[in-house]
Amino acid sequence: MKNIVVIGGGIAGVEVACMMAETGNRVTIIERDNKLGGKLNNWYCLFPDFKKSDEILNYIKNRISKFNIEVKLNSNVEKAERNGNTWLVHTENAICKADAVIIATGYQLFDATRKEELGYKIYDNVITQADMEQRFREGNFLTSYGKKPERIAIVHCVGSRDEKCHNMYCSKVCCVTGVKQAIEINKFLPDAQIFCFYMDLRMYDKFFEELYRTAQEQHNIQFIRGRVSEVSETPDQHLSIKTEDTLSGRPMKMKLDMVILLAGMETKKNTKEIADKFGVDREISGFLKSKDFHIGAGILTQKGVFAAGTCIAPMSIKETIENARSTAFQVNEYLKTL
Amino acid sequence: MIQKNNEHIYTVSKNYRKEIADDNYYYARSCIRQNFYPGSEVAFLNILKNDLGKNVFDDPRHTTCTGIGYHSDVVPFDTIQTVVARHFALMTENGYKNFIASCVTSFGMYIEITETWKHHPEQLEKIREYLKKSTGREFEVPQNIAHTSDIIYKNRLAIAEKIKYPLVNVKTGKPLKVVDHIGCHYAKMFPDQGEGGAEFTQVLQAMIKAWGGATVDYPERRHCCGFGFRQYLVQANRGYSLSNSKKKFESMQPYEPDAIITNCPGCSMFLDRWQYVMNEMQGKRYGANNSLIPVFTYEEMAGLVLGYDPWDLGLQMHQVDCRPFLDKMGIKYDSDKMYKSKAGKIIGSYTPQCSK
Repeated sequence: MKNIVVIGGGIAGVEVACMMAETGNRVTIIERDNKLGGKLNNWYCLFPDFKKSDEILNYIKNRISKFNIEVKLNSNVEKAERNGNTWLVHTENAICKADAVIIATGYQLFDATRKEELGYKIYDNVITQADMEQRFREGNFLTSYGKKPERIAIVHCVGSRDEKCHNMYCSKVCCVTGVKQAIEINKFLPDAQIFCFYMDLRMYDKFFEELYRTAQEQHNIQFIRGRVSEVSETPDQHLSIKTEDTLSGRPMKMKLDMVILLAGMETKKNTKEIADKFGVDREISGFLKSKDFHIGAGILTQKGVFAAGTCIAPMSIKETIENARSTAFQVNEYLKTL
Repeated sequence: MIQKNNEHIYTVSKNYRKEIADDNYYYARSCIRQNFYPGSEVAFLNILKNDLGKNVFDDPRHTTCTGIGYHSDVVPFDTIQTVVARHFALMTENGYKNFIASCVTSFGMYIEITETWKHHPEQLEKIREYLKKSTGREFEVPQNIAHTSDIIYKNRLAIAEKIKYPLVNVKTGKPLKVVDHIGCHYAKMFPDQGEGGAEFTQVLQAMIKAWGGATVDYPERRHCCGFGFRQYLVQANRGYSLSNSKKKFESMQPYEPDAIITNCPGCSMFLDRWQYVMNEMQGKRYGANNSLIPVFTYEEMAGLVLGYDPWDLGLQMHQVDCRPFLDKMGIKYDSDKMYKSKAGKIIGSYTPQCSK
């Protein structure tokens, strides 16, 4: 029986841990929060089918309960040492021996205050998609002035594909998240006008394109191809945005009640620190570098160290679970060589 | 109307903190400020030397930076770099390392050029050679470059300690509402060189706050005043300039500001001048009770709160009459001395049209 340490107890971490336990390994999860599930705990529902995120959380809870996996909550990796084919992973109060280590630390949301022009944390009615999910959970749709919003903008690509922020990559899931949230808002606030400001809509996966059509045909969501350049507040308690409709070639100014920023995915600071501790390389984007893009996405540049989920690249929940399973397969292949 | 979350602007802007030298400055004057608002630069020197006890060198050999020509495509980049190199040579020869510019465009040019030299050292070597051949001079790149509004900003609390007239309406006891307007070349080109960054720049807001006033965040606050060299220098384009200013005034009107403060020579000029023009053309005024909004430079504002005589600050040179604002602050002034020279001779008796 081999020892496996999984760093991170989100979707990827739990899935890869269960896969490794299922194939007869002794698995320890090191999670720095006080519960498993990661960011999904704060999400309301998922694209493209509006499945409640709690259903996925229940899935991972049920799944992990079937295995004898040691879970160390509120724990951080302090040090990592390699001794031959064995890794010694130090936490605050334990040393875990591992034949393979799987990093599954996830992502962090782009800090939207860096796009100062959009006014996040300056104007109360500028929020992110993560804040919106929390509002869906709470059933709170009022503006900070206590009004029911009548006009809402969803701004795509905030901190993604943005040279100014040094994030050249696409965060991939924001487009469909915006479409999903627009439909969801329309269900709760059928009288509200909803505008999505996009660069282009990357509906890459199954049912995404259909969702985009549904948004337009059944929910009257208006999609405007253009970037928002500035958000400010008006004296009558509205937000004012400056943008351009690049299809009609016209600059526009709009009055709104709420602006939702679709903040992109970034590598966590914590992932960078862990990568340094294990001596694994990162991409220019900050995400962990795979040994081979095509045939070894979960294998990192240090022997015995693997990765699963969004610490490698932006992914949806579905892709994260698939990726975690694929990494488990690659780890098992590696363990056979020891 | 002052927004309830205005405080956030200060918090977020803390991400941008620039290093501003504390003392011993080589002062570079502005071409157009010396003509538009000559009292401001004198006030700056007086405040620094007399009120703050700083060492600042005002060099008569200093020339234009040629920034206006550069931005209008009539001065090549190599030429302006050599002119700027000469300024740095004068600074070096006089034993200074901290360079301060009175003009926002000059400040932007000094930063653009020194940043170019950082990334292209071969360019720096070429300019050293050009300067040596043309003038025989050599230079060091300044250790610190700041705009003069940065210096007043850095000393705003020291000024606040000596305050005689806070930015408070003496009749109502409420803070005076001041709109801040930042010159584009101060931080929009290099946000990390502006105190508070490009979007929510603190440099003027912090002064207003420190001196007892209230700042106004209005929708078009970040919009250009409309000066834009090409817009103004090409006469046919002046409509663009005016329409930009109009957009700003319409946006700030509902907040009924008591005054505007700027840190750019062009912005001061055009926000002041265009109010007169709009009043003449359309009979429109954007201040409370159909009034005009006085426009001040940060030195004039500092001078007023420190108790300088308004006519020594050159406020009589403004297009919009500043006296209603002085009344709100409770500043005593003698209107008869408004256009008198130091020798007591009347140098003119112009009454601004728009104050009628």
